[in-house]
Amino acid sequence: MEEGPKRIVLSDEQKRSRRARSIAIALALGALAILFYVVTLVKGPAVLNRPL
Amino acid sequence: MSLVSEGAELARNRASSVDQGPSIASVSDYVALMKPRVMSLVVFTALVGIMIAPGHLHPVIGFTALLCIAVGAGAAGVLNMWYDADIDAVMRRTSARPIPQGRIAPGEALAFGIVLAAFAVGVLGLLVSWLAAALLAFTIFFYVAVYTGWLKRWTPQNIVIGGAAGAFPPIIGWVATTGSISLEPCLLFLIIFCWTPPHFWSLSLVRADDYARARVPMLPVVAGPEKTRRQILLYSIGLVPIGAAPWLLGYAHAIYGVTALLAGVLMVSFAWRVRCEREGERAERAAHDLFAFSILYLFVLFAVLLVVEGSVIGRAM
Repeated sequence: MEEGPKRIVLSDEQKRSRRARSIAIALALGALAILFYVVTLVKGPAVLNRPL
Repeated sequence: MSLVSEGAELARNRASSVDQGPSIASVSDYVALMKPRVMSLVVFTALVGIMIAPGHLHPVIGFTALLCIAVGAGAAGVLNMWYDADIDAVMRRTSARPIPQGRIAPGEALAFGIVLAAFAVGVLGLLVSWLAAALLAFTIFFYVAVYTGWLKRWTPQNIVIGGAAGAFPPIIGWVATTGSISLEPCLLFLIIFCWTPPHFWSLSLVRADDYARARVPMLPVVAGPEKTRRQILLYSIGLVPIGAAPWLLGYAHAIYGVTALLAGVLMVSFAWRVRCEREGERAERAAHDLFAFSILYLFVLFAVLLVVEGSVIGRAM
């Protein structure tokens, strides 16, 4: 039977680091979504008005 | 070891970090790339720009502006560390940074910096002001391309001209509130611009051997400590009237003026000590004291401006 491509096996430290980075990215994206939502509420219809 | 062989070692580190496979970089490594201490100064001076500007900015919009300016400064720090990884590897002060240590690959840092810069500028433009966003984009460009990529390795005036990048945040903050530029934030720009040389040269006096090894043409390396000490004193003397300029020109309360003058005189006295103490541990201590006081100087001036000009109580005075 033919062997498949060699799989990358993560060490525990690499798994922990990857999980921490993933959580940080998720939190940052969540915060960005909340920021846009709140600013839209604050500005109201003026959110479409973007003067220089 | 020469910079070339140190650079080769860095390249090996980079290769080995790639060989390790998936990254082991922690979140704190990415935070370190953003130079959080520099960010804190940027945030504070930008906050003062936002608060003392005439007109009203909704707190949420003000927070957004401040966040974008902070992230933009972080992006500039990341791109600086990406470009300067070869220098950082041979300097004691910076050799523990994530890229020279091989914890973050240069390509990852580059991508991180570009994404942060794009988000900071884009969000500031969309949610606050496109003029402020344009200024932030120019500040990042100036710090990364003009200072890091060109001036730093080319001229002993690197931190004099490059200091402009660190001086822009109050203007960006002001523009975020008012939508336009006027003389008042330009005075704040001038204060930080003139403050930068004595601040950095006092540090580079102590670290001259480090800079020499990395072949960075800082003033103490190229012109020697004597000329550097003289320049530090001259800039510190020049900083006294410039620091007091917002009061002298009628933009700030007398409380600020008196504080700026007193702090300026103290700054000159520290610079005078650096000029007089030329040998051994006392010279090193004098340079270190000036470096530490210069941080306090800028903080005090901007804090007084914030309280006197930027608060409800202050505006009633």
